[in-house]
Amino acid sequence: MLTITLSIFIPFLAAIFIPFLYKRIGRHIGWFVIIVPIALFILLASFIPSIANGETYEHTIRWIDSAGIHFTTYLDGLSLIFGLLITGVGSLVILYSIFYLSERESLGRFYVYLLLFMGAMLGVVFSDNLMVLYVFWELTSISSFLLIAFWYHRKKSRYGAQKSMLITVSGGIAMLAGFLMLQFLTGSFSVREIIATIGQYTDEPLFLFAMLLVLLGAFTKSAQFPFHIWLPDAMEAPTPVSAYLHSATMVKAGIYLVARFTPIFGTEMSWLYIVSGGGIFTLFWGSFNAVKQTDLKALLAYSTISQLGLIMSLIGLGSAALNQGADANSILYAQATFAALFHLVNHSTFKGALFMVVGIVDHELGTRDIRRLGGLMAFMPVTFTIALIGSFSMAGLPPFNGFLSKEMFFDALVNARNFDLFDASTIGILFLVVAWIASVFTFVYSMIIVFQTFFGELHIEKLEKQSTREASIGMLIAPSILAVLVVGIFFFPNIIGNYLLRPAMNAVYPTLAGAEGLAPKIYAWHGFESVALWMTVGVVVVGTILYKTLRYWKGIYTVAPMKWSLDSVYNALLETLENGSSFLTRFYMRGYLKDYLVYIFSFFIVSVGAAILLTGSYSFDFSNNAPISLNEYLIVFAMIVAAISILLVKSRKTAMILNGVLGYSIAFLFVVFRAPDLALTQAVVETVTTALFLLAFYFLPEWKKEDSPIRTKVFNGLIAISVGTIVTVLALTVQGNKMFESISSYFEDSYNLAGGKNIVNTILGDFRAFDTMLEVVVLFIAGIGVYTLIKLKVQKEGRDYED
Amino acid sequence: MKINDVILQTVTKIVVFIILTFGIELFLAGHNSPGGGFIGGLVLSSAFVLLYLVHDIETVRKGIPFDFKKIAAIGAFLAVGTGIGAVLFGEEFLTQAFDYFDLPVFGETELSTVMLFEAGVALTVVGVVVTIISTISEDV
Repeated sequence: MLTITLSIFIPFLAAIFIPFLYKRIGRHIGWFVIIVPIALFILLASFIPSIANGETYEHTIRWIDSAGIHFTTYLDGLSLIFGLLITGVGSLVILYSIFYLSERESLGRFYVYLLLFMGAMLGVVFSDNLMVLYVFWELTSISSFLLIAFWYHRKKSRYGAQKSMLITVSGGIAMLAGFLMLQFLTGSFSVREIIATIGQYTDEPLFLFAMLLVLLGAFTKSAQFPFHIWLPDAMEAPTPVSAYLHSATMVKAGIYLVARFTPIFGTEMSWLYIVSGGGIFTLFWGSFNAVKQTDLKALLAYSTISQLGLIMSLIGLGSAALNQGADANSILYAQATFAALFHLVNHSTFKGALFMVVGIVDHELGTRDIRRLGGLMAFMPVTFTIALIGSFSMAGLPPFNGFLSKEMFFDALVNARNFDLFDASTIGILFLVVAWIASVFTFVYSMIIVFQTFFGELHIEKLEKQSTREASIGMLIAPSILAVLVVGIFFFPNIIGNYLLRPAMNAVYPTLAGAEGLAPKIYAWHGFESVALWMTVGVVVVGTILYKTLRYWKGIYTVAPMKWSLDSVYNALLETLENGSSFLTRFYMRGYLKDYLVYIFSFFIVSVGAAILLTGSYSFDFSNNAPISLNEYLIVFAMIVAAISILLVKSRKTAMILNGVLGYSIAFLFVVFRAPDLALTQAVVETVTTALFLLAFYFLPEWKKEDSPIRTKVFNGLIAISVGTIVTVLALTVQGNKMFESISSYFEDSYNLAGGKNIVNTILGDFRAFDTMLEVVVLFIAGIGVYTLIKLKVQKEGRDYED
Repeated sequence: MKINDVILQTVTKIVVFIILTFGIELFLAGHNSPGGGFIGGLVLSSAFVLLYLVHDIETVRKGIPFDFKKIAAIGAFLAVGTGIGAVLFGEEFLTQAFDYFDLPVFGETELSTVMLFEAGVALTVVGVVVTIISTISEDV
């Protein structure tokens, strides 16, 4: 269906028009922007009934045919959930930011970035082609980078933006490599085609690498341990951005990817271990660290990390269903994925609401530090209510939707103990215990949000803005809608279950599609014999005790191992990389021509010398050599003496004249070897160059004695001798081994061919005149060059130039 | 101190013509004997250099009012132009032609387009060498 393809492009198109509209209508620009996500939401919602009936939609625009890259969009249950989240939460966030951002901000820029992000995110979830998916994936990274650094005059914003960019893009590149490996294995970029054929390739060694690399991309984007460190720093973004990107949409791109790729990689045990293990540990680590935060947004960031870990671990456990074909247990194991998708929806609602609440507190009171806040309940009743709903849902209490998904989470873990894949008594139990402890911490920090912000005493003198009033109605609408959803989903969970989660389950488990019980009914009440219920009771009891005694055990965070943070590892890594690379560069780029010549000649010695030695091509054949006459001996002897003397003389002029001796000796050699044209030219050119050298050296300072250490001299001498030896060996080898007859006999007929008896001249002027012509041009350029250089130097003295 | 180098100047007057004649001889003979455009050009320019040495730059410039940069440019143009000329006659680039003509004074003489090409080479050499030397010495 073209509609889906269009829905990706509409945000981009709208983004183009925003600068023009912003110039016209100024601060009301948000009201125009909000039309886009609302329209898209309605459009996507209209697909719900047909998707629930098991239909899927596909549309292809051919893009790069030769590479198999097509702009294919594919709408099924899984992408529909994400599409609805992106547009739905997007509408609410834009509504919220209309009231949140003051008109002094550069709103045009903000909405352009936001729409770019929305389009990119829709592209990620609707794309079927891996390359197109990757393009949109990186676009989300880039637009997120721009949004985090929206207040670019703040140092922390820039730091956070750079950090998130580095981490997510590194993961993205790894993912690209994984995609390419997949394409190499299966010959297709289409996700669905790969799903259909991947079964034949699971034994290939590349398969495991592809899996690890794709997971790296998903883990960095979804802030899984140890790549979670960018998310808390990304909280420097404006709060609507945090609510949208860093709780509801972008961080779930990794989860989408894992869910989408479960049919491809899910049959592997290592997939299950990595995804669920990584997720469980992230769940624990995030919730554990959230408790010690004093900034509300940082607390929410760690809470997001932890909840993402929860969803990730559930999807990992759910892949067990693919491990052993379709049997009765498969359906049971698949419940984990069902819980994951359900919690994904729930998390988007309550975390979005909580971020907006924190934004309101920040906006009205000028601080988000819980040590300064307190007693807001009395004059911010609506905000308090929403915060209460969101936090209690996050903690997993009834009657909020978090309770349902938390129960399902526990259920899935209890089921996981029965996996024949696990060593049921150890790893299964370990997962269950870690998850339960993490839930206790989740309960504790959820209570911190509510009680330390809204209860207790109001210390108005600690606040930056001394106004105590409720936020404007406009700002409260969006979080209220989300809060209503939080409660609504609790009472009517099966609407979501039936219409959204069931088709999504079919997408994650194509082999089990349509099986009875794949998408179960969601019950709030499991009966007293349910293990999950008692686990929740335990969480509440222990959590309450821990919260009450918080100040007694908070000391553990200052114990040494807890203070070591991954942030310092990241910073140290960056610093080491920078220092290391600049050290490495300074080590060889020393700025001395002498050093570079040493590199060049050493390379020559190593490459050519080694080639000669290794191939054994140094064979000399002197049988065809002409006899050497006396005058040749004399000339060569004179040259040797002159050449050695150059190295030893003290003045530059003497060296120059000795150089002239070499030149004239060569002219004599030309005479002896019967090359009159060359001899003439060599003699005159030698004269001219010697004269020019003497002219130029007149202005140079005295030739300084080289005072380099003896070691360097010996080294340079060795290099010079080696190069000379190699060139000599080369020349002798080439000279002695002629492989075919010379072609010069052709030119001997020059009088008939070119009308001249001087062969050299006919070659230069006729047979190979092209060379001569270009040499003339070279000479001309050199002359112009000398002229310009000298004249330009005269101008320079007038300071009429830029350094 | 003004040096009176009248002997040098007098000798130069004769020698310059000998050098110039030798240069033109080398240039013309190039097709059949050693010589040619390049060496001819070098010898010609040495005559100009000699003039620069004996007289000062201003005097030479008054006597020979050429811009040697332009001469070099004309030479390069001539060398490339002969190549293009061949194209105009439907031949490959830089194809040279020659033939024998019966000229009034010289008798049967060979004329060829190589001569034009060589003239380009010679002019460029003269122009460039004289330009370089006079520019550097002016800068001194």
